[in-house]
Amino acid sequence: MELINSILENTITQNVLNALVPLIFVLLYALVTLYMEMKLAAHMQDRVAYMHNGWHGTLQPFADMLKLLQKEDIIPSAANKILFVMAPYVVFVGTYASFAVLPFSSAYIGSSIDLGIFYLVAVSSLVVVGLLMSGWASNNKWSLFGSFRSAAQVISYEIPSVLAILAVVMIVGTMSLQGITEYQSGGIWNWLIFGGRLALWKKLLSIPFMIVLFIIYLVASMAEVNRTPFDLPEAESELVQGYNTEYSGMKFAIFYLAEYANLFIVSAVVVVLFFGGWSSPFGDFLNGPVWNAIWFITKGMLFVAINIWMRWTLPRIRVDQLMYVSWKVLTPFALFCVIVLGLLLVL
Amino acid sequence: MNETVHQEKISPTNGRSSTGKGLRTEEMVINMGPQHPSTHGVLRLEIVVDGEIIREVIPHLGYLHRCFEKHCEYMINYQQVVPYVDRLDYVASMNNEHAFVVAAERLLNIEIPERVHYIRIIMAELQRIASHLIAIGTFGIDMGAFTPFLHAFRDREKILDLFEMTCGARLLYNYMMIGGLSHDLPPQFIEKTKQFCVEFKQTLKEIDDLLNYNEIFIKRTANVGILPKDVAVNYACSGPMLRGSGVDWDLRRDDPYTLYDRFEWDVCIGKGENGTVGDVWNRHMVRQREMEQSVKIIEQAIVNIPEGDVKKAVPKRIRPVPGEIYSRTESPRGELGFYIVATDSLTPYRVKGRSPGFVNLSVINEISRGAMIADLVAIIGSTDIVLGEVDR
Repeated sequence: MELINSILENTITQNVLNALVPLIFVLLYALVTLYMEMKLAAHMQDRVAYMHNGWHGTLQPFADMLKLLQKEDIIPSAANKILFVMAPYVVFVGTYASFAVLPFSSAYIGSSIDLGIFYLVAVSSLVVVGLLMSGWASNNKWSLFGSFRSAAQVISYEIPSVLAILAVVMIVGTMSLQGITEYQSGGIWNWLIFGGRLALWKKLLSIPFMIVLFIIYLVASMAEVNRTPFDLPEAESELVQGYNTEYSGMKFAIFYLAEYANLFIVSAVVVVLFFGGWSSPFGDFLNGPVWNAIWFITKGMLFVAINIWMRWTLPRIRVDQLMYVSWKVLTPFALFCVIVLGLLLVL
Repeated sequence: MNETVHQEKISPTNGRSSTGKGLRTEEMVINMGPQHPSTHGVLRLEIVVDGEIIREVIPHLGYLHRCFEKHCEYMINYQQVVPYVDRLDYVASMNNEHAFVVAAERLLNIEIPERVHYIRIIMAELQRIASHLIAIGTFGIDMGAFTPFLHAFRDREKILDLFEMTCGARLLYNYMMIGGLSHDLPPQFIEKTKQFCVEFKQTLKEIDDLLNYNEIFIKRTANVGILPKDVAVNYACSGPMLRGSGVDWDLRRDDPYTLYDRFEWDVCIGKGENGTVGDVWNRHMVRQREMEQSVKIIEQAIVNIPEGDVKKAVPKRIRPVPGEIYSRTESPRGELGFYIVATDSLTPYRVKGRSPGFVNLSVINEISRGAMIADLVAIIGSTDIVLGEVDR
């Protein structure tokens, strides 16, 4: 970021360029993840997935994207046109704006604001608005079902996930994502999953609670990005394709892009909150701005891969069970952990 | 018993509950199908829902109606009906052929060589496994688990390879003829089938681990769509649908046709290991366990298969004595029967197919009232209908 700023004098150009970095990252990442998802799924299912375009089908994601670009952009005649056209962009904006506070490296963060994690939670809620818009505007009852489900789901799973975030914020004492990451630098032992920099006995006591909180956040984040086993809003076998049933061409692609980008955001938040963000697990070894970025993206992709693994293994749960898991399992456990950690910090 | 709670909570006000003055919720009519991913073909369900809870399900059939019964009356001879029968239940063609061929032979009163019977039983049981694999795999997809589907298809492929080896076709075989078979077994068939039986036991375990005993899967299917014993009998359900409800009834044992009484195997019924007897999970598990039993039958048949000619008894022109016959067999979906009326002509006067899918589907409104949309998908999946057979 400083690099870009030092080269360019003009603030507007600086800002535009700064904003472009995540966009380029998202596009590249989406292609890689698409390929990774297809290959991982295929190998779990005794197949090989695409093999024809490029080495082991590496060019296939590009072909897929080109295909979607060429597709006819259909707007159903009875749809609410303005909302219908706006919805994918609202979804994408909500996702894309979250990238502003992700600390990719010690040297690069879009905007190192003090309320980083708070901003991230707030902005990513915008996605729900887009999903509701798309479902309502499509004039399709299945889409409507999908969007209502997603609204209920995202809102109820935000509570356990925010409680998990709260515990971390309590320990670190800052909401800045860069701050949380810096707190954890200096080796794997300082990561928050191992209790961060608390005194040794507090640290040892807090480890089980941190692991529980991590699992709660992981589950809640899976629900927030609508991935199996929580992919009810787009449950193919029930709701056809959910809120994006009526979308085609690039609008559909943008929904997909947003979904994949969202997947990275929640994975990145897991990494920042519990696994040291960009900090190297070996203290000062392999540590530096570039190494930091590599660590951050590798850790993030690891959780993306875990999400993919889950998706291709587990069946989907039902709406009432979804609510049950959130309100009667995750939320009480998260609250309990927060209270215990709070006591631990006060002692 | 948590899962049944949402079914009991429905108010008796016919779905209309007021949520305040002037405000009230209304039922919504949704059209599920014929182009819906989980209606297993071109089934159209008109469902009345209150939120996600189903009030009524009205199936609309006929999108795949091909006038099978009328066609049968305009054939040149009886043998020409067989390829049409293939196309009824297109995922279990061998069983359909078996059913029709047995009916026609009873009508004609002809003696069939034992080898033919053995080969037919092997084919029918292999086809039963293939059909159940599709049922289990697609049911997994309905529940959102995609991976078991492809594992099931991988093994179904092996069965199709065996069929291809035997008669050249992989889906619609036209293999069984009235009085015999179109081809004898190829040389390596026995060996490869034995090998398949050994390998397949591994797959059964794999599906158990991956799908059947998965916690989420059990949560989704146990205590859902409970079909009580009496309702199942009243609606004339058959096959896994009936056995899932705990009724010990299998035509292969209770009304033995061909040589089924020579083999040792068990009839699988829903035991209520998870959930209640008659729910979706138990129905699903009946299929899973039936595959094991089919393997058992195949293993016995393959050892004892006698030598002989499979085409010897095929009559060139079939002109039966005027009369009628209803002959029923156990297809993967249930009781598949053919009612044939013969006059003094080369073509049947009337052929009526009693398809299990059609009858099993009729119970759907009864068992899915009060369930959720996701449960309806589970119920349809567990009914295991094939629309080719429902509509004929």
